[in-house]
Amino acid sequence: MATGQSIVNNLSIRVATINGTGSQSANNLLFKSLFRMGIGVCAKNLFPSNIQGLPTWFQIRVSEQGYQDLREFDDLAVLMNAETAKDDIAAMRPGTTVFYNSSIIKFTEDQIKPGMSVYAIPVEELSKGITETKLRHLLKNLFYVGALSHLYEIEIEVMKSVIQDTFKGKQSAIDANVAALQIGIDYAKANFTKADNFLFKRANCNEGKIIVEGNTASALGAIYGGCTVVAWYPITPSSSLAESCESYMKKLRVDKDGKAKFAVIQAEDELASIGMVLGASWAGARAMTATAGPGISLMHEFIGLAYYSEIPAVIFDVQRVGPSTGLPTRTQQCDIISCALASHGDTKHILLFPASPTECFEMGAEAFDLADRMQTPIFVMTDLDLGMNAWVDNAFEYKAPSFDRGKVLSAEDLNKVKDWGRYLDSDGDGICYRTLPGTDHMKGAYFTRGSGHDEYARYTESPVVYTRNMDRLLKKWHTSKKYLPKPVLKGDINSKVGIIAYGTSDHAVVETMDRLSTTSLKYLRVRAYPFTQEVEEFIKSCDVVYMVEQNRDGQLQQLLEIDLPGIQHKLRPIRYYGGFPLSADIVERELTKQMGI
Amino acid sequence: MSTDTNCNRAGLSKLDYGGKPTTLCKGCGHDSITAGIIQAYYELGVAPHSLAKFSGIGCSSKTPTYFVDRAHGFNTVHGRMPSVATGASVANKKLTIIGVSGDGDTASIGMGQFCHLVRRNVNMVYIIENNGTYGLTKGQFSATADLGSTAKKGPANQFPTIDCCAIAIELGATFVARSFSGDRKQVIALVKAAHAHQGIALLDIISPCVTFNNQEGSTKSYSFVKEHAIPLHELGFVQSQDEITVDMKEGEKKEIRLHDGSLLTLRKLDREYDPTDKMKALTAINDSRQKQELITGLLYYSDKGTDLNTLLNTVESPLWALGEKDLDPGPEALKKINASLS
Repeated sequence: MATGQSIVNNLSIRVATINGTGSQSANNLLFKSLFRMGIGVCAKNLFPSNIQGLPTWFQIRVSEQGYQDLREFDDLAVLMNAETAKDDIAAMRPGTTVFYNSSIIKFTEDQIKPGMSVYAIPVEELSKGITETKLRHLLKNLFYVGALSHLYEIEIEVMKSVIQDTFKGKQSAIDANVAALQIGIDYAKANFTKADNFLFKRANCNEGKIIVEGNTASALGAIYGGCTVVAWYPITPSSSLAESCESYMKKLRVDKDGKAKFAVIQAEDELASIGMVLGASWAGARAMTATAGPGISLMHEFIGLAYYSEIPAVIFDVQRVGPSTGLPTRTQQCDIISCALASHGDTKHILLFPASPTECFEMGAEAFDLADRMQTPIFVMTDLDLGMNAWVDNAFEYKAPSFDRGKVLSAEDLNKVKDWGRYLDSDGDGICYRTLPGTDHMKGAYFTRGSGHDEYARYTESPVVYTRNMDRLLKKWHTSKKYLPKPVLKGDINSKVGIIAYGTSDHAVVETMDRLSTTSLKYLRVRAYPFTQEVEEFIKSCDVVYMVEQNRDGQLQQLLEIDLPGIQHKLRPIRYYGGFPLSADIVERELTKQMGI
Repeated sequence: MSTDTNCNRAGLSKLDYGGKPTTLCKGCGHDSITAGIIQAYYELGVAPHSLAKFSGIGCSSKTPTYFVDRAHGFNTVHGRMPSVATGASVANKKLTIIGVSGDGDTASIGMGQFCHLVRRNVNMVYIIENNGTYGLTKGQFSATADLGSTAKKGPANQFPTIDCCAIAIELGATFVARSFSGDRKQVIALVKAAHAHQGIALLDIISPCVTFNNQEGSTKSYSFVKEHAIPLHELGFVQSQDEITVDMKEGEKKEIRLHDGSLLTLRKLDREYDPTDKMKALTAINDSRQKQELITGLLYYSDKGTDLNTLLNTVESPLWALGEKDLDPGPEALKKINASLS
């Protein structure tokens, strides 16, 4: 029997399985049941670039605060993969509670570390109790879920509700899942005695919260942002973003006659997908693509064309580990420079850094207004952790659309304008007026080109005109700052020690700040590039700024050093680029080491 | 409609279809094609603003600035005009789209996009101004150069030619024609018929490069092409609104009713040719290559294709013109989505 005080709603579980064996739905059952019990929970899928047969891990982390970052070490492990068991055990800390498939894994005495509780589940033997023989290999994953639910008190009725919702209407599947779950529960009841102090208890953390993947949130953002054309090429981890767009558009954007108010095209490659986006945007539609680093590399030529000929575009970059093919199913923030300066020649782009599904939704919509206003590509920089993991976040809030189409002149407008040139900066903000093809006006047309052009879109190689145009483009880039999301400031505003992070690093930084609550720190989460005034002021107000990034080369730091000369001496790197989601354990360790606390 | 004899059915003069002065070499075949395009659109009475012109990179791709200045134009990147035109077509299905490309732009760097444009059956006229050479970079072989054809600097081409018409037929194109820039009448008829066709209409027009590929030994020199061009039929085009006054004896003519109701007449010349037979078209293309002949005219036609916008089943309004009412799913839908995510 366990002695000592219960540890309620505070542990992390790591399940080691083989991908393609149905473990994902078992893990989701566990995760969703805890969510429905109102417990603060987070799920991270650490999976291979493979469909079936390679090791995969799933972490379910429970905390009162509902932290959404990875834990470096786990309190409880479920070992279902014989191939990785030895290493999994070796990596565990003393005191870990272990459940393992004793049919395929040998767990010897010498492997047991101090304080470990070990539970053997003879999965293969138990699976004979599953009457649906064809589904045995999938359903046997539910044994460990059943065992955990019994020992740590996950409510069975809640679990049944999750199963019911997962297999809507398919009664035989529901029955089979419930039966398999019961086998696990019964086995645990008969054979296991609880030896640790962990416990789940119904709580109230998830009022107004949803479970959603960032890619789904981005897709919904795009739809609520008025996107009508999606051109994409399948690539991990962005495919589900485009697929989600299509499936929601089919539900939300079909008129009463069954006609589509959208077009989704799976292109032949990323070059074609961005080409289609530019064609559609040039013709006036709100268009987007979703891709990852390798796709961005392929798109560079077209991105330069969009920058120079000033065509709106929205590009969701769900970043994964590079360079080259890299680790396709692992996360990083490694395309910051590649996107900020994409293409040959002098180019500078606008980037947004969402940190959560809520922000994927908001910025996903906002990106289309920005693209139309600024007449240039807008990059929404998410990552694999954000895009593909299921997050617990606030429910989406509806915001009436502004659908700001930017400076577009209709035939009627043209009658009123004395002197119109496509690249004529008549407002002095670097943003010019465009017309759309099909505009029925004698002077409505212009010629778009990626070669040198003057204010009236005429071909020119004049050094003076070229320079003037490039300077205006820079001015336009600076103008964008007033439309960009402001950075978020947290912590002790009088502190001289700052932290800067962006995107998904936010969760590890916030948790680190909580852990170091007695240390005076302030934290600025950057949400867009180009950097706004607040970023410069924040750095100026600090003696030291720790730059938390998920890449090797400090890509945002490099941009800061280019754009804000004279600040270099203040910046200290905290970088993690191993490919797993960033953990507060790492940030805290690095920060305290560097600060000497 | 104007009664002015210098005006077309839209009440516009030929000047309304003009463009900037050409900057190509004197005598370039491309300029003849440009003149043909202007004439075709003028005679058709196409509203200039309803047209959208696309091109890639190269000498051919400069030409959209030389015609219909009153239409929007887009000189994109090398080999990738098809994707841009596809996007524009999807965003605004009411646009009349013409793309002008070259043999380098289509058959080398752009082969992939060209193939996918064809298999998607995007509703547009796609012209390849084919001279077998890279003009703008001064005379390298292109992928449509015939095997054994010699370059200006001497060497013979060692690689087999890529035949864009054969590839297009193979990929499901339903309007495939080949012509010669020197045959103005045929070019005009083909541009008009291509315009009337729904879906991709490919015109591969051999257009000699007078500067870099006009020497003896080249199979794309002006004199070689002129000597070896064999029209398969004499083409006539009757617009849908016009009275049919073509007078041909039975057995000498074939008529093709195009999507917009216009009529394309094919008067038999020396040989029998049925452009609606896919396999025979492919055989004819292959045979002509073996014999070093250049068969011109409508190589293949079918009325069976479904164009991309029809497949996408999009609303009548251009997608760009949809407003908040059409595009914002509203707060209730979002509530339901939220409820489904827990």
